[in-house]
Amino acid sequence: MTTYATATGFGGQKLAFAGLLIIATLAVCALFAPWLAPADPIAIDPLVRLSPPSAAHWFGTDHFGRDTLSRVIHGSRMAAFIGIGVVAIALGGGITFGVLSAVFPRLGMLLMRIVDVMMAFPALLLALALIVVLGRGVENSILAIGVVYMTTTARIVYGVSLRLKSEVWVDAALAMGARTPRIVFRHILPNLVSPLFVQASFVFAFAQLQAASLDFLGLGVPPETPTWGNMISESRIYITRAPWLLLFPGLMIALAAFSLNLVGDAARDRLDPRLQAAFGGRSRS
Amino acid sequence: MLRYLIRRIGAFLPTLLAASFLIFVFIRLIPGDPAAVMLGDQATPEAIEALRVEMGLEESLAVQYLRWLSDVVRGDLGDSIFFQVPVLELIVDGLETSVLLALMTMVWIVGFGLPVGMVAAARRGSWLDQSLSGMSMFLASVPTFWVGLYLILIFAAILGWLPSSGYPSIFGEGGLANLRYLLLPSIALAAPNAALIIRLTRASMLDVYREDYVRTARAKGIHPLRVIVRHVFRNALLTVVSAFGFTLAALISEAVVTETVFSLPGVGRMVVQSILRRDYPVIQGTILMIVLLYLAINLAVDILYAWLDPRVKLR
Repeated sequence: MTTYATATGFGGQKLAFAGLLIIATLAVCALFAPWLAPADPIAIDPLVRLSPPSAAHWFGTDHFGRDTLSRVIHGSRMAAFIGIGVVAIALGGGITFGVLSAVFPRLGMLLMRIVDVMMAFPALLLALALIVVLGRGVENSILAIGVVYMTTTARIVYGVSLRLKSEVWVDAALAMGARTPRIVFRHILPNLVSPLFVQASFVFAFAQLQAASLDFLGLGVPPETPTWGNMISESRIYITRAPWLLLFPGLMIALAAFSLNLVGDAARDRLDPRLQAAFGGRSRS
Repeated sequence: MLRYLIRRIGAFLPTLLAASFLIFVFIRLIPGDPAAVMLGDQATPEAIEALRVEMGLEESLAVQYLRWLSDVVRGDLGDSIFFQVPVLELIVDGLETSVLLALMTMVWIVGFGLPVGMVAAARRGSWLDQSLSGMSMFLASVPTFWVGLYLILIFAAILGWLPSSGYPSIFGEGGLANLRYLLLPSIALAAPNAALIIRLTRASMLDVYREDYVRTARAKGIHPLRVIVRHVFRNALLTVVSAFGFTLAALISEAVVTETVFSLPGVGRMVVQSILRRDYPVIQGTILMIVLLYLAINLAVDILYAWLDPRVKLR
């Protein structure tokens, strides 16, 4: 007999642990980039341009002779910054709209219709439309992607909050004279912590892919900043001469998103089965 | 069924209207005079004034929106500033590439995702399941443009088997053989989306495995393969079919990146190029059309799902 976790889970706990290790490594890279990177990520050296991986430059150099390893390490800073920013906006807005909608049904009708309309736009297209209005830049990428995932988060929070609101302990609290703020802060928000952890790891993973797409299209972070997406975008014309240039930044994006997905998946399998339903159905990829 | 149809379509129209309003106002959210923004830096004051009058910018927002909407309904999406041709014409031109790319991608997704998901479910918990599941999750985490660039490197630059970019119409010279231009793009686009189908097929088959009628079938001594195909797969297909729908819908927006990598003359690449060129009528028109298509596909999926599973209508 398989347990519920192995029956629905992907990979299981060992893989999730590996995912956590990768995330921790990337976090260390992001925190200590200036000390870990062997060279200045923006130092130009025309003498060694497009050189293959060697003892001096482990990941080779790009068309300006910049050290790819150092740029990849510094790229983890922007990846972490964008991920944290997007999660903050998505979860902050999502919790506010989701809980308000569940607690005040009339307001909820309106807010959830707004969410419906936002979800009528495919994810990347909505981000692109917001970039058109805001202009390109780090903060604007974060805001645009954050708003995209705010809609899904609001819907999940709304679903879970409605379920929690109908639990017997909330009825009991109401019968004892508890007011709305108490219901929200004592009974709803604490129970949202685990589902939101799951959502945060998925949003963090999606944010990496969407931000990389925006950078690649030339509509994300300004090109002078070393991000993994910008590195791929800049090096694409040299792919036949220096294929290693694209390898490492691409692997970093994939590795970051993969490990976050592993953790999110494992966490979702450990959730209360009744709350898992909120994550079913249509996800935004 | 009829009542469900009416209710579902009743939700579709207001959403589409609200979305169209958002698309209409977004250009007015850009700081500055909309007419000046649309015409760019080189525009003369006379041209800006002429466009202001043409756009009816002196009227109230509601009047402007209604006028725009009635134009849109009659198929007039305005003219491209860059190309000086109607936006609708540009969209129609790009449609062949985008639709064929999406269909070809779906062929890969269905042909690869369904069997792999079924095998993983049938061998649940085994090393095969673990590695297939791990692989599918990795595929879902890889950027499509990165996969696309390496496909170009290997199959176009090194091996020389397939073209690296562009797409000549199948109705022109070359005929159906031109589909080979879409082979690499569709594989790149299929990778992350096949992963979703693998996961869903596996999960929904496992859900069905737990049903009583499957236990009964197995207890009766029916061959395990027959149980999987006749009892489990047929019932699991329901969830998967609806996933095909929203995967197809998701492809529309993900194709934006893939079409750019492979320089395909599709609608998605046009969105990106018109953003870079600040060709706002084209941005507005293409986004509107994509949202319309996206909502229509989702509506069709919901109706199909209700038709396949009578239980839905009761809810």
